Amino acid sequence: MAETLTYREACRAAIREAIEADPRVFLMGEDVGRYGGCYAVTKGLAEELGEARIRDTPLSESAFVGAGIGAALAGMRPIVEVMTVNFSLLALDQIVNNAATLAHMSGGQFAVPLVIRMATGAGKQLAAQHSHSLEGWYAHVPGLRILAPATVEDARYMLAAALADPNPVLLFEHVMLYNASGELDPAVTTVDIAQAKTRRPGRDVTLVTYGGSLPKTLAAAEQLAADGIEAEVIDLRVLRPLDLATLAASVARTHRCVIVDEGWKTGSLSAEIAASLVETVFFELDAPIARVCAAEVPIPYAAHLEQAALPQPATIVAAARDLVRPAS
Amino acid sequence: MSEFLLPSLGADMESARVVEWLVAEGDRVSSGDLVAVLETDKGAIDVEIFQNGVIAQLVAPLDVELPVGAVLALVDTGAHEPAASPVAAAVEAAPAAPPAQTSAAVPDTTTRSAPAAADAGTAMASSAVRASPLARRLAAEQGIDLAALRGSGPGGAVIAADLAARGGAARAARRGFDATAMRRAIGAAMSRSKREIPHYYLSRQVCLAPALRWLEEANAARGVADRLLPAVLLLRASALALAAFPQFNGHYEDERFTPAPEVNLGWAIALRGGGLVAPAIRAAHERDLDALMAALRDLVKRARGGGLRASELTSATVTVTSLGERGAEAVWPVIHPPQVAMLGFGAVLTRPWVTAGRIAALPVVTLSLAADHRVSDGHAGSLLLEDIATRLAEPERL
Repeated sequence: MAETLTYREACRAAIREAIEADPRVFLMGEDVGRYGGCYAVTKGLAEELGEARIRDTPLSESAFVGAGIGAALAGMRPIVEVMTVNFSLLALDQIVNNAATLAHMSGGQFAVPLVIRMATGAGKQLAAQHSHSLEGWYAHVPGLRILAPATVEDARYMLAAALADPNPVLLFEHVMLYNASGELDPAVTTVDIAQAKTRRPGRDVTLVTYGGSLPKTLAAAEQLAADGIEAEVIDLRVLRPLDLATLAASVARTHRCVIVDEGWKTGSLSAEIAASLVETVFFELDAPIARVCAAEVPIPYAAHLEQAALPQPATIVAAARDLVRPAS
Repeated sequence: MSEFLLPSLGADMESARVVEWLVAEGDRVSSGDLVAVLETDKGAIDVEIFQNGVIAQLVAPLDVELPVGAVLALVDTGAHEPAASPVAAAVEAAPAAPPAQTSAAVPDTTTRSAPAAADAGTAMASSAVRASPLARRLAAEQGIDLAALRGSGPGGAVIAADLAARGGAARAARRGFDATAMRRAIGAAMSRSKREIPHYYLSRQVCLAPALRWLEEANAARGVADRLLPAVLLLRASALALAAFPQFNGHYEDERFTPAPEVNLGWAIALRGGGLVAPAIRAAHERDLDALMAALRDLVKRARGGGLRASELTSATVTVTSLGERGAEAVWPVIHPPQVAMLGFGAVLTRPWVTAGRIAALPVVTLSLAADHRVSDGHAGSLLLEDIATRLAEPERL
């Protein structure tokens, strides 16, 4: 009997299961305990599991991410919740210069088995400082594994795999996905954190995306199908290391690619993917690689402007159609 | 303006239908390019054009039975011959003309030199052609000149669909292999052969023990995909011997025999469902065993699956037929006009054979020759057979 639950509930179930299964696991972050989490992911968990396992922290990302690193070094398996990726900038030094490097700098003597969960993305009119998608920046850093669960199944099971990883893992949950609901296949009890997944097979064009852009990309694929264009949709799932083999195999078949990335276009993850595809499947490309990204502006507050600044099914459809039926 | 006529693809071919055009009006063609697919008694055959120029008009209607010699297309071979000196044409075509030339002379040079540029060097032309990497790769693989294609991509770039569109526009339903028609065609050719050619026959038994032993060793050193078949040894020995005996290699037409400079060896291939074709392996005497094996594999595949070229059906200068494992002991071939000889190999059978004064059970094949007595006689024929036998006895020299 397949269970239907929301993305938020899946995240909560994953955290509960991890804490119950392993005494080394605990979660800490701002407002996670008594408040139940800014996005209500940990609602009820402090009461259920105790305040030693769901720990409220002071309002200092640098401090509590650093504490998480320390706990991991000391043998714990902390889940650090940074409220959103926007605030992680205050812990950038801890993440990039400590978490990502200690294994290397210690010659392997120290490991940092830390998981950092962050909400990310735009769409809630939280305006310029609170609407970033910086997963691409983190995917630039060796020493980090970057995950972007886009489905209820991945939200439910990626956390366990991340905790099992002996190195730091950053897990990005898109704010617009928390209310999405989906079915869990009872046969699936674990997922990998290495491979991309084809969410929709197709033969005319490959649409590559991740996280909050997946539902929009799937909607675009449906619209394209009505127009006779069969789009293949690939959910990256893991942003570092990228599963280039899956992407290259798909583009080798379809010969056309659109990358949908909610970050800004310039210097983004989509640029990295495009460059890598050119390096691997150049001789299969029948059209330039297209990218649908956020407009090059700080994300607006006004609802209509915010939507205009972000990738939408209509813009994805237009980009794909342009590749398949070029207007000469 | 030059005419491209329906070629005769065999001794008794009288007509054929065009079922598919592989070029469109306006396409540039070079000698050797495939331009159409014909449906004949021998199945679907790809036809080459042996002129350089631009297809001015596709005259022949599709799917209509046309007589041999009918005009299929008009070809503009151009008032400008392909540049005798590629250097001269390239210089003439240089688009980045020095500033001194950017006066009234420029419009003239660009229009006049455009065809010359395309002829002179596809390398030069294609670097100026906007095309997707995929289209460029496909064009290179298929030997298509990108400059001759109309691009439907952004900015007029050639994309993969434009290569497919070349042939897709004109296509008629194929009838598929018609065994009765083929049998009729073979019958007509064989009857003519027996009527006109005074055959004489010679045969010789050849012990294949050394050849097969050598083959086993040679194959042990090869990957499975590259293994040589015994037929290739027979082919090579025959080709080399025929190169040394020109009176068996050539065409007899208008009461005159013209020996051929190359041994284009026709290899008889039985088709499933009945029927026979004997497409030629060009310059077989110059190909080594591996090259012959590859050519053989390719011909059999195309003979059975479609894709034989017209030139392969008409250019054989001599034919070899091998009955294979389940064949009879010896074959007495019927010469395929206008050729003047045909070699036959029966099944390789284990027979008592005298070697070094003792009787042993060894693999033996009966090699036979049918030859045109207007061109050669038994003495020459015997020497030819002995030459083949000698070559097969020294397989390492093949």
